[in-house]
Amino acid sequence: MAKQKKFNILEHELVPEHEIVPPEEAVKILKELGIAPHQLPWIRVTDPVARAIGAKPGDVIRIRRKSPTSGETIAYRYVVGY
Amino acid sequence: MAELVYEWESLESKIKTTLREAAEKLPKRIYEELIDKLKRTCQEYGLTPEEATKIIYNVVREYELSMIEPGEPVGTVAAQSIGEPGTQMTLRTFHYAGMREFNVTLGLPRFIEVVDARREPSTPIMYIYLDEEHRYDENKAKEVARRIEFTRVVNVASEVSIDLINMRIIVRLDPVMLEDKGVTVEQVKKVLEKLKLGNVESDPSDPLVLYINLPPTESFSLIDLQKKKDKVLNAKIKGIRKIRRVIIQSMVNEEGKTEYFLVTEGSNLPDVLEVPGVDPRRVYTNNIHEIEEVLGIEAARLALIREMKDVLEEQGLDVDIRHLMLVADIMTQTGRVRQIGRHGVSGEKPSPLARAAFEMTTQNLFDAAARGETDKLLGVTETVIAGGILRMGTGMVVVSMNPATLIKGTQKSGSEQG
Repeated sequence: MAKQKKFNILEHELVPEHEIVPPEEAVKILKELGIAPHQLPWIRVTDPVARAIGAKPGDVIRIRRKSPTSGETIAYRYVVGY
Repeated sequence: MAELVYEWESLESKIKTTLREAAEKLPKRIYEELIDKLKRTCQEYGLTPEEATKIIYNVVREYELSMIEPGEPVGTVAAQSIGEPGTQMTLRTFHYAGMREFNVTLGLPRFIEVVDARREPSTPIMYIYLDEEHRYDENKAKEVARRIEFTRVVNVASEVSIDLINMRIIVRLDPVMLEDKGVTVEQVKKVLEKLKLGNVESDPSDPLVLYINLPPTESFSLIDLQKKKDKVLNAKIKGIRKIRRVIIQSMVNEEGKTEYFLVTEGSNLPDVLEVPGVDPRRVYTNNIHEIEEVLGIEAARLALIREMKDVLEEQGLDVDIRHLMLVADIMTQTGRVRQIGRHGVSGEKPSPLARAAFEMTTQNLFDAAARGETDKLLGVTETVIAGGILRMGTGMVVVSMNPATLIKGTQKSGSEQG
């Protein structure tokens, strides 16, 4: 059996595109939504995708979801450390 | 009256700003459909820029009107929309339904499994798609299947017995099973040697019979020998732990070619992803907990939606996917998959009254009292219990007053009278 390098989970069809939002932009987004960061859905720092993109607690992650109803939607998750 | 435009490009440049505004407001799919239809109408019948602007304006308006109103109890609507068809599900199938060569839990029991966020489904199943090289050839697909299927000595042996006189364990291999699993006698021999029970030799007259000569010891018990026999039976030859059976299935893919893929009984996502010949990007398992652990919370959310949708569709029930998406959103909100129930969404509500109304009423009330919890009466359940106005729908609207303007107002009216 030939050795192959470890599969990158970000390429899996079930994993949407994740990206860390720069802090200045995150503040703007939260203001627009009128909420505090902890009111966003969470994602754990230990989450495999969060680890793969190197997110730290307190970051906001932008997720480009493929949606069956609207084609593409953008969701945010707040990185929590537990 | 403005000129009819038949050229899409020139119309597009004339209504650029309106289009940009629409693109911001509309979801991608609706926007694309709008552009597509505008383009076709323009090329076929012609459109004036004014007409086009009006169409776009109306589409945006319709879209905004179709959005859910603030204060709409979407959770309750979702619960009812899933719950009502769920009652029909109970009547139709209860437990197992024979599907292909497998037994798969379907219907209500499976749906309960999904929303309860169980660690292991009662029938774990994986769908393994293969890479470009192995996808179109049944023999190559079989090769990958053999790599995955968990094979132990017991699967290829026709007989394993203890020879007390010569103090050895006799392993008789089944040629049919060896062929089927793609295992050679040599491989089995190596595995047996690795167990370090004693030296292994083949029978000079029959290559399919292997002997394990146990080292002579002063004392031995039958229980001890039995344990050694079990060790031999359960020795792993190859494959991936927990994958009990692999079946090759074929389907016609989008390119119109026959593609082979594997369906397995048992699930082990992290290990299957690394198997050569597998297309790791498309591997799927019905074990949502495994997906959460390996692919993250967003993948788990998608898997939850897919599982719920599949169960309902299989039962012929038509539930709007948005209800399922809401359920999946709530379940994955805290970054891990929570169940809908006592140990999850309902059990973690901040209001003690809402928790008491759900399950274990007295227990919850006692605990809340012992902890000195307060109920702010903000949620629907608590408000119903207290007989207040629900904070949903029109009940969301609150009259508020700014005392400063009030004082100013009285002064003004006072001066007018005086």
